Amino acid sequence: MSRKLLGLALFFVLALAACAPAAPPTIKIGVNAEITGDIPKVGEGTKFAAEMWLEEIGGQLEVGGTTYPVELVIEDNEAKGESAAAVNQKLITQDEVLVIVGPQASKQAVPAGGVANDLETPMISPWSTNPDTTLNRPWVFRTPFLDPFQGPVVANFVTEEFGFTQAGVLFDVASDYPKGLADFFKEGWETVHGAGSVVAFESFTTGDSDFSAQLTKIIDSGAEFLFTPQYYNEVALIVQQAHELGWNVPIVGSDSWGSAETVELCGEDCYGLFFSTHYAAEGATGATKEFIDAYNAKYGYVPDDVGALTWDSFHIVEQAIQDCGEITGDLAVDRQCVRDAMANIKQFHGITGDMTFTEEGDPIKCAVIVRISEEGKFTFYKQVCP
Amino acid sequence: MDFLLQQLVNALQSGSFYALIAIGYSMVYSVLMLFNFAHGDVFMVGAYIGFFVSGGLLALDVWEVIGLPVGVQLGLILVLTLIVSMFLNALVGMAVERIGYRPLRGAPRASAAITGLMIGIILENGNLALLGPQRRAFPELIPTVTLQLGDVSLTNKKIMIVVVSLLLTLAFHQFVRRTKWGMAMRAMAYDFVVVPLMGISINKIALMTFALGSALAAAAGILFGIAFPVLDPNMGILFGWKAFVAAILGGRGSVLGAGLAGFLLGFIEIFVVAFFPSTMRNLIAFGIILLILTFRPHGFFGEPYSAQLRL
Repeated sequence: MSRKLLGLALFFVLALAACAPAAPPTIKIGVNAEITGDIPKVGEGTKFAAEMWLEEIGGQLEVGGTTYPVELVIEDNEAKGESAAAVNQKLITQDEVLVIVGPQASKQAVPAGGVANDLETPMISPWSTNPDTTLNRPWVFRTPFLDPFQGPVVANFVTEEFGFTQAGVLFDVASDYPKGLADFFKEGWETVHGAGSVVAFESFTTGDSDFSAQLTKIIDSGAEFLFTPQYYNEVALIVQQAHELGWNVPIVGSDSWGSAETVELCGEDCYGLFFSTHYAAEGATGATKEFIDAYNAKYGYVPDDVGALTWDSFHIVEQAIQDCGEITGDLAVDRQCVRDAMANIKQFHGITGDMTFTEEGDPIKCAVIVRISEEGKFTFYKQVCP
Repeated sequence: MDFLLQQLVNALQSGSFYALIAIGYSMVYSVLMLFNFAHGDVFMVGAYIGFFVSGGLLALDVWEVIGLPVGVQLGLILVLTLIVSMFLNALVGMAVERIGYRPLRGAPRASAAITGLMIGIILENGNLALLGPQRRAFPELIPTVTLQLGDVSLTNKKIMIVVVSLLLTLAFHQFVRRTKWGMAMRAMAYDFVVVPLMGISINKIALMTFALGSALAAAAGILFGIAFPVLDPNMGILFGWKAFVAAILGGRGSVLGAGLAGFLLGFIEIFVVAFFPSTMRNLIAFGIILLILTFRPHGFFGEPYSAQLRL
């Protein structure tokens, strides 16, 4: 008897629960970040910017009059391509995220983008500049400019600034971003100075720390400067070793130099060098300055371009979700909706500049040339717009 | 000509690290007939120990009280760092032997090899868990002085690195050749079954072998930190593999052989880049090594029968 009563009671409770309006589904946003591995500072910046955004929105988003709780699922891809793809797989199928922010470096973003596209989940990479990340992938977007733009920007800057005609290039042949950018730079440089004007085009593989053989060869080739599109840990070693070989010419870099740790590892050797990047923290104004100050107050250092681009990416995601109008809880429908909304954003005013998006999901935006000052600060030197 | 001389200097420095790490590999391989695949990571641990010891010594207040000139003070810190780190890393090596290998003394050799790989992974990830993934900048113990000889650039660091590693190689060669302990090691390398019956404790010799190898790895780690002041938890993997190749190239049972093979590997790597496209470096460099091993399967100094000696 009592068991029957209990069953009856249970039935009513369940029926009531079914009748009550369903709680709005949680919006899960996956973050695929390089937290360990070769470039941990990049992962840290990603995580911090993501958490700042979550704090800014108070852990919830209002979409079409309904408030949805927002949750971040942050996963480490160990700065490996295959891990990044596996992380995306997990975020999409197991954690059932609505949209993914990351990975940052092209080495990770290119394979991870493939997974997101195949599984029809929108993904936006804040930092990947290699064209392959979004090429023929309607589900994949990005926030930074592209390397076919950045390569010639650096080539033209060096030509105008120093008047050099012979270039030396040193890059990691086993990583998508440096390899791609080195090729685009070579193309850009040879367009200006003719074939054969890149007199040394030397490479190494990820994990190397001795670049003396390549550098000696580059010095011997008569190159007037060195372009090296490497990540911050290698930048320190390359610059120091070039100086130890008695080669004190300008060494020019790309947006991968922009980490908060570059100067910490490289020290005085890097002072006075130039690189192209997405924004300059020194002398920033408006919303950019607000972000920098808030980040600095919270984490104790000036955010690098990764942090700023991740911040912009989250706001693009936020806008896309809001443009959607409604989150149904049916992942396939919502993902489609967010993708379409993201593809429909044609103009975006971010802290790393104004962006105009192309059909491929790539923004057209300005690049900044930054000089590392005598205090080790990244100072604005020049802006180059397409 | 200057180009070749400069590359020669580069090769000497590059080979110094391989030599020191290869000796550790070679000694364990000779005495216990096992490949200690954790050795590259022991090198990494040595570099980190050096990082903390030198950082700690630099932060001491004592220096102001003593009031030494800056140069002497840094030199003293460097020597102290080397000694203390080598000692501490020897303890790490002994722990690896005691915990990782001794329980597997009678087990099939594949088990020991796998244990080595696992210990390596534990050391890498233990470091990652304890210290976090960020890179460490090794403190500058020697202010760089660049010397120009014609078009060849030498730094005081490079000279010191090459000299220290040569001295250590020779010292260990002499130790193995001339001391009673060294003789015990050589005897063990000669016959692993009979020698213990003569009253030589295999466990003691094994511990000593690991301690010596790890001390050398710590020296290599500190020299590495001085030359390439960016440390990360995975720095030992690639170096470990290459030093392993050098140890095989040197031949079983020869400290000097392993050391020389380390330098040879440095030369091959650097000069392949000097004359071929650097994209093909590893392909050509290790192709050459494969060729050498085809004609000298026991390495340069290995005894022909040593591979079938035991088990």
